[in-house]
Amino acid sequence: MADISQAASAQMGDMRIIRRSRRADRFATVALAAIAGLVMLIVVSMVAYILYEGLSTLFTPGFLTQPSRSNGAAGGVAYQLFDSFYLLLITLIISVPVSLGAAVFLTEYAPDGPITSIASTAIETLSSLPSIVVGMFGFLVFSVNFGWKYSIISGAVALTMFNIPILVRVIQQALDDVPQHQRDACLAMGLTRWEATVHVLIPAAMPAIVTGVVLSAGRVFGEAAALLFTSGMSSPVRLNFLSLNFSSPTCAWNIFRPGESLAVHIYKIYGEGSPEAQHIVWGTAALLMICVLLFNVASRLAGKALAKRMTAE
Amino acid sequence: MAKHMPKRNLERVGQGVTGACVALVTLLVLALIVMVAQKGISTFVKDGVDAVGFFTGTDWSLANVDEATGLPQTGALPLIITSFAVTLLSTAIALPIAIGSAIFAVEIAPAFGKRVFQPMVELLVGIPSVVFGLIGFHVVVAACKAVFGTQTGMGILPGAIVLSVMILPTVTTLSMDALRAVPDGYRQGSLALGYTRWQTIWHVVLKSALPSLMTAVILGMTRAFGETLAVRMVIGGAEVMPASLLSPASTITTTLTTSMAIYADGSVQKDVLWSLGLLLMGMSLIFILIIHLIGKKGANARG
Amino acid sequence: MFDYSCSRRSFLGLAGSLAAVAGLGLAGCGGSDAPAAGSADAAATVTGEVTYDGASSFQALVEAAAEQFMNENPDCVISGSGNGSGAGLTAVSSGTVTIGNSDVFAETKLDADAAAKLVDHEVAVVGMGPIVSKNVTVDDLTLEQLKGIFGGTITNWSEVGGDDAEIVVVNRKEGSGTRATFEAAVFGDEKNTYKPAQPEQDKSGDVQTLMGSTDNAISYIDFSHFDDSKFTAIKVGGVEPESKNVLDNSFPIWATEHMYCAEDADDATKAFLDYMLSDDVQGSLVEEQGFIPVSEMLVTKDAEGKVSKK
Repeated sequence: MADISQAASAQMGDMRIIRRSRRADRFATVALAAIAGLVMLIVVSMVAYILYEGLSTLFTPGFLTQPSRSNGAAGGVAYQLFDSFYLLLITLIISVPVSLGAAVFLTEYAPDGPITSIASTAIETLSSLPSIVVGMFGFLVFSVNFGWKYSIISGAVALTMFNIPILVRVIQQALDDVPQHQRDACLAMGLTRWEATVHVLIPAAMPAIVTGVVLSAGRVFGEAAALLFTSGMSSPVRLNFLSLNFSSPTCAWNIFRPGESLAVHIYKIYGEGSPEAQHIVWGTAALLMICVLLFNVASRLAGKALAKRMTAE
Repeated sequence: MAKHMPKRNLERVGQGVTGACVALVTLLVLALIVMVAQKGISTFVKDGVDAVGFFTGTDWSLANVDEATGLPQTGALPLIITSFAVTLLSTAIALPIAIGSAIFAVEIAPAFGKRVFQPMVELLVGIPSVVFGLIGFHVVVAACKAVFGTQTGMGILPGAIVLSVMILPTVTTLSMDALRAVPDGYRQGSLALGYTRWQTIWHVVLKSALPSLMTAVILGMTRAFGETLAVRMVIGGAEVMPASLLSPASTITTTLTTSMAIYADGSVQKDVLWSLGLLLMGMSLIFILIIHLIGKKGANARG
Repeated sequence: MFDYSCSRRSFLGLAGSLAAVAGLGLAGCGGSDAPAAGSADAAATVTGEVTYDGASSFQALVEAAAEQFMNENPDCVISGSGNGSGAGLTAVSSGTVTIGNSDVFAETKLDADAAAKLVDHEVAVVGMGPIVSKNVTVDDLTLEQLKGIFGGTITNWSEVGGDDAEIVVVNRKEGSGTRATFEAAVFGDEKNTYKPAQPEQDKSGDVQTLMGSTDNAISYIDFSHFDDSKFTAIKVGGVEPESKNVLDNSFPIWATEHMYCAEDADDATKAFLDYMLSDDVQGSLVEEQGFIPVSEMLVTKDAEGKVSKK
């Protein structure tokens, strides 16, 4: 009798534990769902808020086509938009080949040894450095020591330092993902590792590389701290896009003229209180975000399109 | 043999070119580290600023030069404390949210997590820091002012809130990767023993993903520690010991942004600012070291 | 002491006249019969790039003048930003920009050697006055009271005749010429070591915004940034903050706006600086933008802050 009741109570205790853990399970599920919901709410409301505040300015005639006036508190952001893309272009022209070379060396050639580990630690260090430190270094070395002053090229080199670690990691990952048997097949056919890399591995990794490059472009596009002391906080008041005299300060393509990115422009005028300046700030923010969104979408589309073409061949 | 030679040359050229790229990047990093270190240390060696005073002093005023010694007030403790306060507080806010939502997206609703949640969070990575700062300046600061009734609403708390949203995507995506890397066998074994899903997550999945989760958190902290402009826009920029979470303060990075351009190269003040830069660099090196140690420990534990 | 300041002033004068001669020489070479560089119908158009950085207080003036100048000289580009007087002087001294705008004499921010290598151009005078939040009832403070407030000994508005509320002291960042001018006028030779735990703003525009959204606050700003919709400009010792009171120093807080260039500045920079001093700017633009032409001043201020009759 006593045995039975003991067993029963033990069973009931088990049941209670089970019930309690079930309840905990349900509670946890709800709580976790709520947290995930909160994160998504933050993302959506941030994007919506910026668009809500900025879209009307963005579509104001002249905002995208006029240069800014009154130290940014009036006019448009045409030159800032151009400078942002131009900075990005120069940055990619420098950083993509270097990163590609470095990533190929580290994945295909690198002997295991102190040199390789020093190099990869160096790249890792670069990726974790605060961008303001990169900006200070860029200011000292490029703007002052090299005498480039505040210029597009100083800014682009600073951005390159910021971009290289991201690109190297992406390209390394892409090359690592190419199946080993492709390498083996190439080498078996008597190709050198260099030929295998150029003709087989890089093309095979191309979709992932393109995706990574475009995604990193989005990050470069919004960077500001590294640019404050390198490309400067102002854009020439007048630019001539048709001029091919690359040393002329009015030539838009002159890399030794100062330039101001959209992100720096926001930092410069966020504190200006006039309603017009505030409209410009929000319009610029919306523009910046739409550009970043486009980079995001473009990277996925480009990667997909390339992958499709390759499998079709 | 003759046919072999160009091939071997080609190989050598390839190795040389790519090796040069690696060498270039490595040299650049070494140059940066050496230069920042040299500039930063010269404050104490050349200018004679007291190193202990730099780390423990509470008076920071570069404009206030002592007539007798010719040195400005360089007690960086308020800046250091504010930097750490902002970093730790933002991590504390972001951590539960990031890991919670990562668990949801990986363990509870994996399909939804992959198709909807992850792209959305990755979108947050791409939003420029000045845009975070702008929203912080207009929304978070105003909210702090209204809720806590302080005069300006600026300070460490709004800084930490803005930063927590900024590091959220970093920590979340890395946590998701960490959870996905846990072998499915662990989960099935635990469920087969009669554990509920939550018990499985808590006792098995999180435990085995712990080293990678810690790495995710530290990478988030690295970003928070080094973030500059977004913090500058909400923290108020007063270089004094923070009296509360809602009194204007200044971090190492924000002081660098506003003071860097003011002082001439070679002046004591500029050297002191480089020392702050060295401090930032040292901290990010320490963060990397911690990540390496965790990785090594994790590798040892896994055998 | 007297010898020292005298020799410096004569040096500056000499350097200034040298620059003027150089500017004229340039105009003479470039055009056939140009009267002066940069005047409206000059045949000689200037080409080149001019960059500036520095005081945010008179950046609007420089920018407006630059716009006019560029209309007349389409091949010349002038651009820059306003990161504060200290930043501007450092930048022109290190060569990252060609003109440094400053509210204060270069000697007060740079060491003597560096300052001696710069050529001064005094382009305007502007008054700077204390401003308070809209909800503050106080409308007049003496210099002594201002010293108490910004020095940290007066912390409540009731101590200066206002409501019982804590004073929020909003300063500009170190390196700001406006701050230097204000503190020089209020504290004199004494050093202000008080650092309130309150916001420090980067630019004049930032101060405008913050003053508009903060109650019980006090700050300082130049006359051209006065904005009645956001804050109230108050009297100092009973004197209204108006330009006419600055002329004879009866309103004591004011600064001469300096534009510094290197001794060996390029032609475009010199031409633009000459333009700033020409009637095209001094006659109209300066007053339009809320500044006072240097020529109208009845007094001058030297690098040590001593005011003397002209």
